[in-house]
Amino acid sequence: MSTTPTTADQPQIGTARVKRGMAEQLKGGVIMDVVNAEQAKIAEDAGAVAVMALERVPADIRKDGGVARMSDPNMIEEIIAAVSIPVMAKSRIGHFVEAQVLQSLGVDYIDESEVLTPADEVNHSDKFAFTTPFVCGATNLGEALRRIAEGAAMIRSKGEAGTGNVVEAVRHLRQIKNEIAKLRGFDNNELYAAAKELRAPYELVKEVAELGKLPVVLFSAGGVATPADAALMRQLGAEGVFVGSGIFKSGDPAKRAAAIVKATTFFDDPKIIADASRNLGEAMVGINCDTLPETERYANRGW
Amino acid sequence: MSTPVIGVLALQGDVREHLIALAEADALARPVRRVEELAEVDALVIPGGESTTMSKLALLFGVMGPLRERVAAGMPVYGTCAGMIMLADKILDGREDQETVGGIDMTVRRNAFGRQNESFESGVAFEGLDEAPVHGVFIRAPWVEAVGAGVQVLAELPAADGPDSRIVAVRQGNLLATSFHPELTGDHRVHAYFVRMVEEHLAAA
Repeated sequence: MSTTPTTADQPQIGTARVKRGMAEQLKGGVIMDVVNAEQAKIAEDAGAVAVMALERVPADIRKDGGVARMSDPNMIEEIIAAVSIPVMAKSRIGHFVEAQVLQSLGVDYIDESEVLTPADEVNHSDKFAFTTPFVCGATNLGEALRRIAEGAAMIRSKGEAGTGNVVEAVRHLRQIKNEIAKLRGFDNNELYAAAKELRAPYELVKEVAELGKLPVVLFSAGGVATPADAALMRQLGAEGVFVGSGIFKSGDPAKRAAAIVKATTFFDDPKIIADASRNLGEAMVGINCDTLPETERYANRGW
Repeated sequence: MSTPVIGVLALQGDVREHLIALAEADALARPVRRVEELAEVDALVIPGGESTTMSKLALLFGVMGPLRERVAAGMPVYGTCAGMIMLADKILDGREDQETVGGIDMTVRRNAFGRQNESFESGVAFEGLDEAPVHGVFIRAPWVEAVGAGVQVLAELPAADGPDSRIVAVRQGNLLATSFHPELTGDHRVHAYFVRMVEEHLAAA
Protein backbone atom coordinates (compact mmCIF):
# COMPACT_ATOMS: atom_id res chain seq x y z
CA MET A 1 0.00 0.00 0.00
CA SER A 2 1.33 3.40 -0.97
CA THR A 3 2.00 5.74 1.91
CA THR A 4 1.90 8.99 -0.03
CA PRO A 5 -1.67 10.20 -0.20
CA THR A 6 -2.40 12.36 -3.20
CA THR A 7 -4.27 15.53 -2.37
CA ALA A 8 -6.37 15.98 -5.48
CA ASP A 9 -9.69 17.48 -4.42
CA GLN A 10 -11.48 16.42 -7.58
CA PRO A 11 -12.84 12.89 -7.29
CA GLN A 12 -10.82 10.38 -9.30
CA ILE A 13 -12.16 6.99 -10.38
CA GLY A 14 -10.30 3.88 -11.51
CA THR A 15 -7.10 4.64 -9.57
CA ALA A 16 -4.71 1.88 -8.51
CA ARG A 17 -5.65 2.56 -4.89
CA VAL A 18 -9.35 2.18 -5.55
CA LYS A 19 -8.79 -1.00 -7.60
CA ARG A 20 -6.40 -2.64 -5.13
CA GLY A 21 -8.41 -1.32 -2.19
CA MET A 22 -11.49 -3.14 -3.46
CA ALA A 23 -9.63 -6.45 -3.21
CA GLU A 24 -8.47 -5.53 0.32
CA GLN A 25 -12.15 -5.44 1.32
CA LEU A 26 -12.62 -9.04 0.13
CA LYS A 27 -9.89 -10.43 2.39
CA GLY A 28 -10.79 -13.28 4.70
CA GLY A 29 -13.71 -14.08 2.43
CA VAL A 30 -14.94 -16.65 -0.07
CA ILE A 31 -15.76 -15.84 -3.70
CA MET A 32 -18.09 -18.40 -5.24
CA ASP A 33 -18.69 -19.43 -8.88
CA VAL A 34 -22.38 -19.21 -9.78
CA VAL A 35 -24.19 -19.86 -13.06
CA ASN A 36 -27.57 -18.20 -12.36
CA ALA A 37 -29.39 -15.79 -10.04
CA GLU A 38 -30.67 -18.59 -7.81
CA GLN A 39 -27.15 -19.86 -7.11
CA ALA A 40 -25.97 -16.28 -6.56
CA LYS A 41 -28.58 -15.85 -3.83
CA ILE A 42 -27.56 -19.13 -2.20
CA ALA A 43 -23.96 -17.88 -2.22
CA GLU A 44 -24.90 -14.51 -0.72
CA ASP A 45 -27.04 -16.22 1.94
CA ALA A 46 -24.09 -18.43 2.86
CA GLY A 47 -21.87 -15.38 3.46
CA ALA A 48 -19.87 -15.14 0.21
CA VAL A 49 -18.04 -11.80 -0.14
CA ALA A 50 -18.55 -11.85 -3.92
CA VAL A 51 -19.75 -14.12 -6.70
CA MET A 52 -18.15 -15.03 -10.02
CA ALA A 53 -20.79 -15.09 -12.73
CA LEU A 54 -20.12 -17.66 -15.44
CA GLU A 55 -22.11 -19.86 -17.79
CA ARG A 56 -20.53 -23.15 -16.85
CA VAL A 57 -18.44 -23.99 -13.80
CA PRO A 58 -14.94 -25.25 -14.67
CA ALA A 59 -15.90 -28.91 -14.06
CA ASP A 60 -18.49 -28.61 -16.84
CA ILE A 61 -16.13 -26.69 -19.12
CA ARG A 62 -13.76 -29.65 -18.79
CA LYS A 63 -16.52 -32.15 -19.49
CA ASP A 64 -18.02 -30.29 -22.44
CA GLY A 65 -14.77 -29.35 -24.19
CA GLY A 66 -14.84 -26.85 -27.05
CA VAL A 67 -14.06 -23.14 -26.80
CA ALA A 68 -15.03 -21.53 -23.50
CA ARG A 69 -15.90 -17.80 -23.78
CA MET A 70 -17.26 -14.85 -21.81
CA SER A 71 -20.77 -15.46 -20.46
CA ASP A 72 -24.01 -14.11 -21.90
CA PRO A 73 -24.54 -10.47 -20.79
CA ASN A 74 -28.16 -11.27 -19.85
CA MET A 75 -27.05 -13.88 -17.40
CA ILE A 76 -24.45 -11.53 -15.87
CA GLU A 77 -27.02 -8.74 -15.53
CA GLU A 78 -29.52 -11.10 -13.87
CA ILE A 79 -26.92 -12.03 -11.31
CA ILE A 80 -25.97 -8.37 -10.72
CA ALA A 81 -29.66 -7.62 -10.13
CA ALA A 82 -30.13 -10.59 -7.79
CA VAL A 83 -27.48 -9.85 -5.14
CA SER A 84 -26.09 -6.90 -3.20
CA ILE A 85 -22.52 -8.25 -2.98
CA PRO A 86 -19.87 -7.61 -5.68
CA VAL A 87 -20.14 -9.55 -8.94
CA MET A 88 -17.09 -10.67 -10.91
CA ALA A 89 -17.00 -12.17 -14.41
CA LYS A 90 -14.39 -13.84 -16.60
CA SER A 91 -12.84 -12.72 -19.88
CA ARG A 92 -10.53 -14.85 -22.00
CA ILE A 93 -6.80 -14.15 -21.68
CA GLY A 94 -5.92 -11.31 -24.05
CA HIS A 95 -9.54 -10.78 -25.12
CA PHE A 96 -9.73 -7.10 -24.22
CA VAL A 97 -13.05 -6.67 -26.03
CA GLU A 98 -14.72 -9.21 -23.76
CA ALA A 99 -13.23 -7.18 -20.91
CA GLN A 100 -14.66 -3.95 -22.38
CA VAL A 101 -18.08 -5.61 -22.53
CA LEU A 102 -17.83 -6.77 -18.92
CA GLN A 103 -16.85 -3.26 -17.81
CA SER A 104 -19.84 -1.80 -19.66
CA LEU A 105 -22.14 -4.26 -17.85
CA GLY A 106 -20.91 -2.88 -14.53
CA VAL A 107 -19.21 -5.96 -13.12
CA ASP A 108 -17.08 -5.13 -10.06
CA TYR A 109 -14.01 -7.21 -11.01
CA ILE A 110 -12.85 -8.90 -14.21
CA ASP A 111 -11.07 -12.24 -13.99
CA GLU A 112 -8.76 -12.61 -17.00
CA SER A 113 -8.99 -16.34 -16.70
CA GLU A 114 -7.15 -19.38 -17.97
CA VAL A 115 -10.33 -21.39 -17.35
CA LEU A 116 -11.67 -19.87 -20.57
CA THR A 117 -9.90 -20.62 -23.86
CA PRO A 118 -7.11 -18.04 -24.36
CA ALA A 119 -7.71 -15.54 -27.17
CA ASP A 120 -4.06 -14.47 -27.47
CA GLU A 121 -1.05 -16.76 -27.07
CA VAL A 122 1.40 -13.93 -26.42
CA ASN A 123 -0.34 -10.97 -24.80
CA HIS A 124 -2.60 -10.45 -21.85
CA SER A 125 -5.01 -7.49 -21.81
CA ASP A 126 -3.68 -4.04 -20.86
CA LYS A 127 -5.49 -3.74 -17.58
CA PHE A 128 -4.55 -0.08 -17.03
CA ALA A 129 -6.95 0.77 -19.86
CA PHE A 130 -9.93 -0.11 -17.64
CA THR A 131 -11.77 1.46 -14.69
CA THR A 132 -12.87 -2.00 -13.59
CA PRO A 133 -10.13 -3.80 -11.67
CA PHE A 134 -8.71 -7.16 -12.78
CA VAL A 135 -7.76 -10.35 -10.96
CA CYS A 136 -5.34 -12.70 -12.73
CA GLY A 137 -4.00 -16.16 -12.05
CA ALA A 138 -0.35 -17.00 -11.36
CA THR A 139 1.59 -20.19 -10.76
CA ASN A 140 4.74 -18.42 -9.54
CA LEU A 141 6.09 -15.03 -8.48
CA GLY A 142 7.33 -13.97 -11.92
CA GLU A 143 3.94 -14.61 -13.46
CA ALA A 144 2.21 -12.72 -10.63
CA LEU A 145 4.50 -9.70 -11.11
CA ARG A 146 4.05 -9.69 -14.88
CA ARG A 147 0.29 -9.54 -14.36
CA ILE A 148 0.66 -6.73 -11.79
CA ALA A 149 2.91 -4.88 -14.26
CA GLU A 150 0.04 -5.10 -16.78
CA GLY A 151 -2.30 -3.57 -14.19
CA ALA A 152 -3.78 -6.52 -12.28
CA ALA A 153 -5.09 -5.32 -8.89
CA MET A 154 -5.43 -8.78 -7.34
CA ILE A 155 -3.67 -12.12 -7.86
CA ARG A 156 -4.94 -15.65 -7.35
CA SER A 157 -3.30 -19.02 -7.70
CA LYS A 158 -4.36 -20.90 -10.80
CA GLY A 159 -4.81 -24.26 -9.18
CA GLU A 160 -6.35 -26.74 -11.56
CA ALA A 161 -9.91 -25.45 -11.79
CA GLY A 162 -12.72 -27.97 -12.10
CA THR A 163 -10.80 -30.91 -10.68
CA GLY A 164 -11.79 -30.69 -7.02
CA ASN A 165 -8.12 -31.39 -6.34
CA VAL A 166 -6.27 -28.79 -4.29
CA VAL A 167 -2.75 -30.04 -5.08
CA GLU A 168 -1.99 -27.49 -7.82
CA ALA A 169 -3.21 -24.50 -5.79
CA VAL A 170 -0.97 -25.66 -2.95
CA ARG A 171 1.96 -25.88 -5.35
CA HIS A 172 1.34 -22.35 -6.70
CA LEU A 173 0.96 -20.72 -3.30
CA ARG A 174 4.03 -22.45 -1.88
CA GLN A 175 5.98 -21.46 -4.97
CA ILE A 176 4.98 -17.77 -4.67
CA LYS A 177 5.64 -17.75 -0.93
CA ASN A 178 9.05 -19.41 -1.28
CA GLU A 179 10.13 -17.06 -4.04
CA ILE A 180 9.14 -14.05 -1.93
CA ALA A 181 11.07 -15.43 1.04
CA LYS A 182 14.10 -15.88 -1.20
CA LEU A 183 13.90 -12.26 -2.40
CA ARG A 184 13.84 -11.09 1.22
CA GLY A 185 17.30 -12.56 1.64
CA PHE A 186 18.79 -10.81 -1.40
CA ASP A 187 20.86 -7.64 -1.17
CA ASN A 188 20.28 -4.75 -3.60
CA ASN A 189 22.91 -6.00 -6.04
CA GLU A 190 21.17 -9.33 -6.39
CA LEU A 191 17.70 -7.90 -7.05
CA TYR A 192 18.59 -6.87 -10.61
CA ALA A 193 19.51 -10.41 -11.59
CA ALA A 194 16.47 -11.69 -9.70
CA ALA A 195 14.24 -9.40 -11.78
CA LYS A 196 15.81 -10.75 -14.94
CA GLU A 197 15.30 -14.30 -13.82
CA LEU A 198 11.69 -13.64 -12.80
CA ARG A 199 11.08 -11.81 -16.10
CA ALA A 200 9.44 -9.03 -14.07
CA PRO A 201 10.07 -5.27 -13.68
CA TYR A 202 12.88 -4.44 -11.24
CA GLU A 203 10.73 -1.86 -9.35
CA LEU A 204 8.10 -4.49 -8.55
CA VAL A 205 10.73 -7.04 -7.52
CA LYS A 206 12.29 -4.48 -5.17
CA GLU A 207 8.87 -3.59 -3.74
CA VAL A 208 8.12 -7.26 -3.01
CA ALA A 209 11.55 -7.71 -1.40
CA GLU A 210 10.82 -4.78 0.90
CA LEU A 211 7.18 -5.64 1.71
CA GLY A 212 7.71 -9.39 2.08
CA LYS A 213 4.42 -9.85 0.23
CA LEU A 214 2.83 -9.02 -3.10
CA PRO A 215 1.76 -5.36 -3.42
CA VAL A 216 -1.78 -6.62 -4.13
CA VAL A 217 -4.09 -9.10 -2.41
CA LEU A 218 -3.36 -12.80 -3.01
CA PHE A 219 -6.22 -15.34 -3.06
CA SER A 220 -6.23 -19.06 -3.68
CA ALA A 221 -8.19 -20.54 -6.57
CA GLY A 222 -8.59 -23.94 -8.12
CA GLY A 223 -9.57 -27.23 -6.57
CA VAL A 224 -11.00 -26.15 -3.19
CA ALA A 225 -13.82 -28.60 -2.37
CA THR A 226 -14.01 -28.78 1.45
CA PRO A 227 -13.81 -26.47 4.49
CA ALA A 228 -10.42 -28.00 5.33
CA ASP A 229 -9.17 -27.22 1.80
CA ALA A 230 -10.12 -23.56 2.27
CA ALA A 231 -8.44 -23.39 5.69
CA LEU A 232 -5.32 -25.08 4.25
CA MET A 233 -5.01 -22.40 1.59
CA ARG A 234 -5.35 -19.66 4.20
CA GLN A 235 -2.74 -21.27 6.45
CA LEU A 236 -0.45 -21.37 3.43
CA GLY A 237 -0.81 -17.61 3.10
CA ALA A 238 -3.82 -17.03 0.84
CA GLU A 239 -5.76 -13.97 2.01
CA GLY A 240 -9.04 -15.48 0.84
CA VAL A 241 -10.43 -18.25 -1.33
CA PHE A 242 -12.19 -18.65 -4.67
CA VAL A 243 -14.40 -21.73 -4.83
CA GLY A 244 -15.50 -22.81 -8.29
CA SER A 245 -17.10 -26.14 -9.00
CA GLY A 246 -16.64 -27.31 -5.39
CA ILE A 247 -19.90 -25.84 -4.11
CA PHE A 248 -22.55 -26.27 -6.76
CA LYS A 249 -21.18 -29.66 -7.90
CA SER A 250 -21.63 -31.03 -4.38
CA GLY A 251 -24.60 -32.72 -2.71
CA ASP A 252 -25.80 -29.82 -0.52
CA PRO A 253 -24.50 -26.51 -1.94
CA ALA A 254 -26.06 -24.15 0.64
CA LYS A 255 -24.63 -26.10 3.56
CA ARG A 256 -21.23 -26.60 1.98
CA ALA A 257 -21.00 -22.92 1.02
CA ALA A 258 -21.73 -21.78 4.59
CA ALA A 259 -19.26 -24.33 5.95
CA ILE A 260 -16.46 -23.11 3.67
CA VAL A 261 -17.15 -19.50 4.74
CA LYS A 262 -16.81 -20.47 8.41
CA ALA A 263 -13.59 -22.40 7.83
CA THR A 264 -12.10 -19.51 5.85
CA THR A 265 -12.61 -17.07 8.73
CA PHE A 266 -11.52 -19.51 11.46
CA PHE A 267 -8.83 -21.14 9.32
CA ASP A 268 -6.55 -21.62 12.34
CA ASP A 269 -9.16 -23.25 14.61
CA PRO A 270 -9.40 -27.02 13.94
CA LYS A 271 -12.45 -27.40 16.21
CA ILE A 272 -14.48 -24.94 14.14
CA ILE A 273 -13.22 -26.55 10.91
CA ALA A 274 -14.24 -29.96 12.28
CA ASP A 275 -17.74 -28.70 13.09
CA ALA A 276 -18.02 -27.08 9.69
CA SER A 277 -17.00 -30.36 8.04
CA ARG A 278 -19.76 -32.50 9.60
CA ASN A 279 -22.57 -33.99 7.48
CA LEU A 280 -21.95 -31.97 4.36
CA GLY A 281 -23.07 -34.75 2.04
CA GLU A 282 -21.19 -35.66 -1.11
CA ALA A 283 -18.20 -33.53 -2.11
CA MET A 284 -17.61 -33.15 -5.82
CA VAL A 285 -16.01 -36.28 -7.20
CA GLY A 286 -12.75 -34.78 -8.35
CA ILE A 287 -10.01 -35.62 -10.85
CA ASN A 288 -6.46 -36.67 -10.14
CA CYS A 289 -4.24 -33.99 -11.64
CA ASP A 290 -1.44 -36.41 -12.54
CA THR A 291 -3.79 -38.23 -14.91
CA LEU A 292 -4.68 -34.98 -16.72
CA PRO A 293 -2.97 -34.71 -20.11
CA GLU A 294 -0.76 -31.61 -20.47
CA THR A 295 -3.13 -30.18 -23.09
CA GLU A 296 -5.99 -30.18 -20.57
CA ARG A 297 -4.06 -28.36 -17.86
CA TYR A 298 -5.43 -24.84 -17.48
CA ALA A 299 -2.49 -23.72 -15.33
CA ASN A 300 -0.24 -23.86 -18.41
CA ARG A 301 -2.33 -21.12 -20.04
CA GLY A 302 -0.98 -17.58 -19.54
CA TRP A 303 2.47 -16.28 -20.30
CA MET B 1 -2.14 6.54 31.44
CA SER B 2 -1.62 3.12 29.91
CA THR B 3 -1.83 2.62 26.15
CA PRO B 4 -5.38 1.76 25.07
CA VAL B 5 -5.98 -1.72 23.66
CA ILE B 6 -8.06 -1.48 20.50
CA GLY B 7 -9.42 -4.53 18.72
CA VAL B 8 -10.20 -4.86 15.03
CA LEU B 9 -13.19 -7.08 14.27
CA ALA B 10 -11.48 -9.77 12.20
CA LEU B 11 -14.35 -11.81 10.80
CA GLN B 12 -13.63 -10.53 7.29
CA GLY B 13 -12.27 -7.42 5.57
CA ASP B 14 -9.21 -5.13 5.57
CA VAL B 15 -8.19 -6.00 9.12
CA ARG B 16 -4.44 -5.83 8.55
CA GLU B 17 -4.52 -2.21 7.35
CA HIS B 18 -6.46 -1.13 10.45
CA LEU B 19 -4.05 -2.96 12.77
CA ILE B 20 -1.16 -1.08 11.14
CA ALA B 21 -2.95 2.30 11.25
CA LEU B 22 -3.87 1.87 14.93
CA ALA B 23 -0.31 0.85 15.86
CA GLU B 24 0.99 3.95 14.08
CA ALA B 25 -1.52 6.02 16.04
CA ASP B 26 0.07 4.64 19.24
CA ALA B 27 -2.58 2.14 20.29
CA LEU B 28 -2.09 -1.54 21.05
CA ALA B 29 -4.00 -3.19 18.23
CA ARG B 30 -5.18 -6.78 18.05
CA PRO B 31 -7.62 -8.81 15.95
CA VAL B 32 -10.93 -9.82 17.56
CA ARG B 33 -12.93 -12.79 16.26
CA ARG B 34 -14.26 -14.36 19.44
CA VAL B 35 -16.38 -13.21 22.37
CA GLU B 36 -13.46 -13.78 24.79
CA GLU B 37 -11.24 -11.55 22.66
CA LEU B 38 -13.88 -8.83 22.61
CA ALA B 39 -13.92 -8.82 26.41
CA GLU B 40 -10.21 -7.96 26.49
CA VAL B 41 -10.25 -4.76 24.44
CA ASP B 42 -11.01 -1.17 25.45
CA ALA B 43 -12.41 -0.24 22.06
CA LEU B 44 -13.08 -1.72 18.65
CA VAL B 45 -12.69 -0.92 14.96
CA ILE B 46 -15.12 -2.54 12.52
CA PRO B 47 -13.21 -2.63 9.24
CA GLY B 48 -14.22 -2.37 5.62
CA GLY B 49 -15.43 -5.56 3.98
CA GLU B 50 -18.76 -7.06 3.02
CA SER B 51 -21.35 -6.06 5.62
CA THR B 52 -23.59 -9.03 4.74
CA THR B 53 -20.76 -11.50 5.38
CA MET B 54 -19.65 -9.74 8.57
CA SER B 55 -23.16 -9.57 9.95
CA LYS B 56 -23.79 -13.25 9.21
CA LEU B 57 -20.55 -14.39 10.85
CA ALA B 58 -21.11 -12.13 13.87
CA LEU B 59 -24.50 -13.76 14.45
CA LEU B 60 -23.25 -17.28 13.73
CA PHE B 61 -20.38 -17.09 16.20
CA GLY B 62 -22.32 -15.25 18.92
CA VAL B 63 -20.37 -11.99 18.69
CA MET B 64 -23.33 -9.80 17.75
CA GLY B 65 -25.06 -9.88 21.16
CA PRO B 66 -21.97 -9.15 23.27
CA LEU B 67 -20.95 -6.44 20.80
CA ARG B 68 -24.32 -4.72 21.16
CA GLU B 69 -23.98 -4.93 24.96
CA ARG B 70 -20.51 -3.35 24.87
CA VAL B 71 -21.76 -0.57 22.58
CA ALA B 72 -24.71 0.08 24.92
CA ALA B 73 -22.25 0.20 27.84
CA GLY B 74 -20.27 2.95 26.11
CA MET B 75 -17.36 1.15 24.44
CA PRO B 76 -15.85 3.38 21.72
CA VAL B 77 -16.22 1.88 18.24
CA TYR B 78 -15.04 3.18 14.87
CA GLY B 79 -16.54 1.73 11.67
CA THR B 80 -15.27 2.26 8.11
CA CYS B 81 -17.47 1.54 5.10
CA ALA B 82 -19.00 -1.87 6.00
CA GLY B 83 -18.22 -0.88 9.59
CA MET B 84 -20.35 2.25 9.16
CA ILE B 85 -23.22 0.05 7.98
CA MET B 86 -22.75 -2.18 11.03
CA LEU B 87 -23.07 0.85 13.35
CA ALA B 88 -26.23 2.19 11.71
CA ASP B 89 -29.58 1.87 13.46
CA LYS B 90 -31.24 1.67 10.02
CA ILE B 91 -29.98 0.58 6.59
CA LEU B 92 -31.35 0.92 3.08
CA ASP B 93 -30.57 -1.36 0.12
CA GLY B 94 -29.30 -4.06 2.46
CA ARG B 95 -30.55 -7.61 2.49
CA GLU B 96 -34.01 -7.85 4.07
CA ASP B 97 -32.72 -9.97 6.92
CA GLN B 98 -29.47 -8.06 7.41
CA GLU B 99 -28.83 -7.23 11.07
CA THR B 100 -26.54 -4.50 12.32
CA VAL B 101 -24.90 -3.80 15.66
CA GLY B 102 -26.49 -0.35 15.62
CA GLY B 103 -25.78 2.45 18.07
CA ILE B 104 -25.68 5.50 15.80
CA ASP B 105 -29.05 7.09 15.19
CA MET B 106 -28.68 7.25 11.41
CA THR B 107 -29.96 5.73 8.20
CA VAL B 108 -27.18 4.46 5.92
CA ARG B 109 -27.65 3.55 2.27
CA ARG B 110 -25.48 0.62 1.17
CA ASN B 111 -23.37 1.01 -2.00
CA ALA B 112 -24.94 4.47 -2.35
CA PHE B 113 -22.06 5.89 -4.40
CA GLY B 114 -22.43 3.03 -6.90
CA ARG B 115 -20.63 -0.10 -7.98
CA GLN B 116 -16.86 -0.56 -8.28
CA ASN B 117 -16.63 1.42 -11.53
CA GLU B 118 -17.88 4.46 -9.59
CA SER B 119 -15.46 3.93 -6.67
CA PHE B 120 -13.29 7.03 -6.24
CA GLU B 121 -10.81 8.95 -4.13
CA SER B 122 -11.25 12.55 -3.12
CA GLY B 123 -10.15 15.12 -0.54
CA VAL B 124 -12.59 15.38 2.37
CA ALA B 125 -12.80 18.29 4.84
CA PHE B 126 -13.08 16.58 8.24
CA GLU B 127 -14.26 18.60 11.24
CA GLY B 128 -11.66 18.48 13.99
CA LEU B 129 -8.82 17.65 11.59
CA ASP B 130 -8.54 21.15 10.20
CA GLU B 131 -4.91 21.39 9.10
CA ALA B 132 -5.58 19.66 5.78
CA PRO B 133 -8.37 17.62 4.17
CA VAL B 134 -8.17 13.89 4.75
CA HIS B 135 -7.85 11.73 1.67
CA GLY B 136 -11.03 9.72 1.25
CA VAL B 137 -10.97 6.37 -0.56
CA PHE B 138 -14.57 5.40 -1.34
CA ILE B 139 -15.08 1.79 -2.47
CA ARG B 140 -18.65 0.76 -3.33
CA ALA B 141 -19.21 3.14 -0.46
CA PRO B 142 -22.31 3.87 1.59
CA TRP B 143 -23.49 7.33 2.58
CA VAL B 144 -25.55 8.56 5.51
CA GLU B 145 -29.01 9.46 4.32
CA ALA B 146 -30.43 10.82 7.58
CA VAL B 147 -29.19 11.47 11.12
CA GLY B 148 -30.95 11.92 14.46
CA ALA B 149 -30.52 14.99 16.68
CA GLY B 150 -27.72 13.50 18.75
CA VAL B 151 -25.46 12.80 15.77
CA GLN B 152 -22.64 15.15 14.85
CA VAL B 153 -21.82 15.34 11.13
CA LEU B 154 -18.02 15.45 10.67
CA ALA B 155 -17.70 15.38 6.89
CA GLU B 156 -19.80 15.83 3.78
CA LEU B 157 -19.13 15.63 0.05
CA PRO B 158 -20.94 17.63 -2.61
CA ALA B 159 -23.38 15.37 -4.48
CA ALA B 160 -22.40 14.62 -8.06
CA ASP B 161 -25.92 15.18 -9.36
CA GLY B 162 -27.29 18.22 -7.59
CA PRO B 163 -26.94 20.90 -4.93
CA ASP B 164 -27.20 18.47 -2.00
CA SER B 165 -24.30 17.09 -0.09
CA ARG B 166 -23.71 13.55 1.14
CA ILE B 167 -22.79 12.83 4.74
CA VAL B 168 -19.68 10.63 4.83
CA ALA B 169 -18.47 10.88 8.46
CA VAL B 170 -20.42 11.06 11.73
CA ARG B 171 -19.96 10.78 15.45
CA GLN B 172 -22.43 10.04 18.21
CA GLY B 173 -20.93 9.87 21.69
CA ASN B 174 -18.24 7.18 21.59
CA LEU B 175 -19.18 5.91 18.15
CA LEU B 176 -17.41 7.12 15.00
CA ALA B 177 -18.14 6.12 11.40
CA THR B 178 -16.77 7.01 7.95
CA SER B 179 -17.95 5.95 4.47
CA PHE B 180 -14.32 5.96 3.36
CA HIS B 181 -11.15 4.05 4.22
CA PRO B 182 -8.42 6.11 5.96
CA GLU B 183 -6.63 2.79 6.59
CA LEU B 184 -5.76 2.59 2.88
CA THR B 185 -3.98 5.95 2.65
CA GLY B 186 -1.07 6.01 5.09
CA ASP B 187 -2.59 9.19 6.64
CA HIS B 188 -3.50 8.01 10.14
CA ARG B 189 -5.11 11.20 11.47
CA VAL B 190 -8.63 9.72 11.63
CA HIS B 191 -7.26 6.73 13.57
CA ALA B 192 -5.39 9.13 15.87
CA TYR B 193 -8.69 11.04 16.35
CA PHE B 194 -10.35 7.74 17.37
CA VAL B 195 -7.47 6.83 19.71
CA ARG B 196 -7.97 10.23 21.42
CA MET B 197 -11.69 9.44 21.80
CA VAL B 198 -10.75 6.15 23.44
CA GLU B 199 -8.23 7.81 25.75
CA GLU B 200 -10.78 10.42 26.83
CA HIS B 201 -13.35 7.70 27.46
CA LEU B 202 -10.89 5.69 29.59
CA ALA B 203 -9.78 8.78 31.51
CA ALA B 204 -13.40 9.64 32.34
CA ALA B 205 -14.25 6.11 33.49
